[in-house]
Amino acid sequence: MSPPSSPSPSHFLPAGTVYGTLLNFRAEVEALAPQMSAPPYKAPPKAPVLYVKTANTWSPHGAAIPVPANVPEVEVGASIGMVVGADGDIEGFVPMNDLSVPHASFFRPPVKFKCLDGFLGIGPALRDAQEVDDPAAFRVEVRINGELQQTLDFSTLVRPARQLLAEVGEFMTLAHGDVLMLGCGAGRPLARVGDRIEISAPGFETLTNTLVAEETGAAA
Amino acid sequence: MKHARIRYENAVHEAVEHDGALRLADGRVVGFDAVDWLPPLAPTPRPRTILALGLNYADHAKELEFKAPEEPLVFVKGQSALIGHRQKTFRPAGVQFMHYECELAIVIGKTARHVKRDDAYDFIGGYTVANDYAIRDYLENWYRPNLRVKNRDTCTPIGPWLVDAKDVADPMALALRTTVNGQVTQQGNTRDMIFDAPFLIEYFSRFMTLSPGDLILTGTPDGVVDCQPGDEVVTEIEGIGALVNTIAAAA
Repeated sequence: MSPPSSPSPSHFLPAGTVYGTLLNFRAEVEALAPQMSAPPYKAPPKAPVLYVKTANTWSPHGAAIPVPANVPEVEVGASIGMVVGADGDIEGFVPMNDLSVPHASFFRPPVKFKCLDGFLGIGPALRDAQEVDDPAAFRVEVRINGELQQTLDFSTLVRPARQLLAEVGEFMTLAHGDVLMLGCGAGRPLARVGDRIEISAPGFETLTNTLVAEETGAAA
Repeated sequence: MKHARIRYENAVHEAVEHDGALRLADGRVVGFDAVDWLPPLAPTPRPRTILALGLNYADHAKELEFKAPEEPLVFVKGQSALIGHRQKTFRPAGVQFMHYECELAIVIGKTARHVKRDDAYDFIGGYTVANDYAIRDYLENWYRPNLRVKNRDTCTPIGPWLVDAKDVADPMALALRTTVNGQVTQQGNTRDMIFDAPFLIEYFSRFMTLSPGDLILTGTPDGVVDCQPGDEVVTEIEGIGALVNTIAAAA
């Protein structure tokens, strides 16, 4: 089976690697704070906590996203991705729907929870960075089947956009076309097969994806 | 056949090994010293997925005081971490422990989804050598090993050759070794992997599609030591190649 759907030429998909950021909303840190000094973490994180959304996860706006039969619910991680330009600065911003199999531990890299085929909704369009005065003004709403489930206020980031970009850049170069997500907030809603997920934000076109049951695994 | 990608006279070329030299696609034959070596991987239409295993040799898990994992410990790298043979890797100022990791790298040959173990070798295009450097000072227990340890610029040399899978009779019985300035510091054999190549193809393809050019770095055995600027580190796998790298001080 090939990845779920072929991109529509009119919808944005990244050219480079997509990185996600855990614990970049203050409410997310506060919720986990009581556990941070206990095993297995033993200390709060010092550097940005990142993960990769591999290319097999990418779903353009409008695509149906397949959910395996053994995954009853998926966690919806709405975010805005910063798209890196040729000069290493931010070229634009794009809505993202970072889906995960719910997982309580952040000790080991989340590959089997986050790198499932289709598990990153992207788009529909890149918003030019020159149109954006301050990413801290972004407000994102998550609706499932039309009902508001989560609101994200990007003035409550632990590391605001430029600081995050700079701190990540201290240890790895973000290449032209790479994407760095600003974070997904606390209280991420859950969704299941049949649900329609909309991620909307003033100034952005709305990103919509629908969850469908994965066709059962015929051998490749 | 052994394939390389090199830069020669300001252009990138595909090349193959030919009597101790490189034969370019246009027929010219040039010496190993005349070129800059790039990762031996053809460009992919989308960013390649680079999966890397931790603790995949029982002796190395023990060395790091971990019990062997019950399922693969895997992390992901971005393409920017890769560099070629005979290039420099930068050691940050002020760190205490930076070590190499000699690893057999699997290069996916065709799209793999829901592959069964018995069919797994059909999906492998070839093999190369990776040196998956780690800077342990930066380890944190959040999505560990975290990207600051494992996804640094220049810290994943790979090459020199992509060796066609059909030329590797048994990839699960290859001697590995690392030398630092000519002294052997690490020795092992791919037969001692906890999760072998067919297992890994089956495991990953159960939840994610692997595409041609994707990589699986299969972990490293016992014997990692600190490396300092100026050290020449050679990670070598029997029949696959000897990957040369030099540590430099970060500017």
